[in-house]
Amino acid sequence: MQIKSPRDFWAGLMFIGSGLFFAAWAAEFYQMGTAVRMGPAYFPTVLGGLLAVLGLIIFASSFAVEGTPVPAFALRPLILISVGCVLYGYLMKPLGLVGATAALVYVSAAGGHEFKWKEVTILYVILMIFSWAVFVKGLTLPFPMWPEALGG
Amino acid sequence: MDILHNLVMGFGVAVSPIHLLYCFIGVLLGTLIGVLPGVGPVATIAMLLPITFNLSPVAALIMLAGIYYGAQYGGSTTAILVNIPGESSSVVTCLDGYQMARQGRAGPALAIAALGSFFAGCVATVLIAVAAPPLAEVALKFGPAEYFSLMVFGLVAATVLAHGSLIKAIAMVVWGLLFGLIGTDVNSGVLRFTFGIPELSDGIGFVIVAMGMFGTAEIISNLELKDEREVFTSKVTHLYPTKDDIKQAWGAVLRGTALGSCLGILPGGGALLSSFGAYSLEKKISKHPERFGKGAIEGVAAPESANNAGAQTSFIPMLTLGIPSNAVMALMIGALMIQGIAPGPQVMNEKPELFWGLIASMWVGNAMLVILNLPLIGMWVKLLTVPYRYLFPSILVFMAIGVFSLSNNPFDVLIMAIFGVLGYICVKLECEPAPMILGFILGPLMEENLRRAMLLSRGDPTVFVTKPISAGFMIASLILLVMVALPAIRKKREEVFVEEG
Repeated sequence: MQIKSPRDFWAGLMFIGSGLFFAAWAAEFYQMGTAVRMGPAYFPTVLGGLLAVLGLIIFASSFAVEGTPVPAFALRPLILISVGCVLYGYLMKPLGLVGATAALVYVSAAGGHEFKWKEVTILYVILMIFSWAVFVKGLTLPFPMWPEALGG
Repeated sequence: MDILHNLVMGFGVAVSPIHLLYCFIGVLLGTLIGVLPGVGPVATIAMLLPITFNLSPVAALIMLAGIYYGAQYGGSTTAILVNIPGESSSVVTCLDGYQMARQGRAGPALAIAALGSFFAGCVATVLIAVAAPPLAEVALKFGPAEYFSLMVFGLVAATVLAHGSLIKAIAMVVWGLLFGLIGTDVNSGVLRFTFGIPELSDGIGFVIVAMGMFGTAEIISNLELKDEREVFTSKVTHLYPTKDDIKQAWGAVLRGTALGSCLGILPGGGALLSSFGAYSLEKKISKHPERFGKGAIEGVAAPESANNAGAQTSFIPMLTLGIPSNAVMALMIGALMIQGIAPGPQVMNEKPELFWGLIASMWVGNAMLVILNLPLIGMWVKLLTVPYRYLFPSILVFMAIGVFSLSNNPFDVLIMAIFGVLGYICVKLECEPAPMILGFILGPLMEENLRRAMLLSRGDPTVFVTKPISAGFMIASLILLVMVALPAIRKKREEVFVEEG
């Protein structure tokens, strides 16, 4: 058996896995009910089963139908962009808007093709002023501006 | 007469200073993101959704709608001048628009695109005003069985019209439906798939999923590509098309508008499908199909009219049935729900100022767009020289602020990042994210209607085929699926999308 379409192979596995997970989790922990009075498990179990079946068809077809290989993942932007966003969220309380925006801008910019400290710093200052003017002043969103240690 | 009366009322709402302002902001932003490649209306509208919480429902919808049809205008500018689709719906405009620019006819191409879009926008506005009320009337008679079947039909149509593999699109819909079920079950109060995380008890915010799947995932994909653009800035000299140009283009504008309006109403339709359909139609009926791809003005006029018409008529199912036909409309429904308005046929009667104000604002917005796009073209061209390395951190900052401000909870940003990674994986595996988003928003609605229908029929599943309207939707879904599964049609469909991509 040879995998002819790696994209379908992995997509199929992904769907089978999550379908089975949803179906099994629902059937295990929630009430199934009857067709007349459906419990919380009914719909997710049916859908999860359906997803697993669809995944299985996709998986099976990957051995039969010729396809293209999965292109390489650009790990650098993938990791840096995601980490930048998460940092922004979790640094907002301790470091304020000033610190959180810095983390997001510098980390995500490092995921781009070129990174020049001067350029990114100018960009950061502009975005900071814009965020402050539009979101804090204009829309009065309750963000802390400065790090907690400085009295927020 | 009623329509006229209502339209007058709508214009009264639309031209009030505050709504004019939001309409302007919307179309301006729409043009901006339309011009910039790599920023789409879905991500932008998702970004702005949290902010609309502070606006009145009318202002919020007017602004968000402006972004969608504004992007159709802006997208053509980039397509014509840089040969990169600023918007995915401008893909086919590149073919002839860029060739026209290379022949020194960028001005007429831009003018025809804008004027064609304006004409299409006016027609589509009237069409919504005429077609929506009777449709809503019918929809008011729908029971849970009809609604469930309608949603099945909508989802099936959306997958049939999606790119790429049909079965993957269906799987993505089902996956989306499942993600939509996370949170508290309304019937029993049971927490489903929350894994003890309190933030999940209200479900995952739709905006967060959309921003991850369309926003961060898109940025990551864009960063794989090299940042190179060749802009024909100096070539935009004379703007106005010659008599000959207009003579060649007007038929194409009419056909593009008609086709776009029809394709926009279909579930899964909208701007993208319309522009492609219109281009193929022009090529097919042309006496000189060999001119296409070498700077034929019809090749610009038809898809640009069609995408604008399609963008606007896709509001019809959203406004009358409360069913989104594409990802942007799903976001519009999200905007309504943020405002505490349950989308559906009753909106038209209960909130006439919202419905008619929105329609009238589309006409106002289209007029603004012509002014924004033709005389100010130079400004947009300058924007194109902004490198992506400045753009993407800025977009990320706005997305992060938007998501964080939903509930001041870092957890939401984490979820966005997770869906970003998931979206990126899906792109790599050629699984379209759009059907998943539709499924996500329809998940709870479908379950609710299924339960109610089954309760009313005492557990008899034949209720979906014995009620005539419901049966009609089910049969239509089946026909669509069978049609696409037939080898001959499947091949044709694949060809269509290969040419497009």
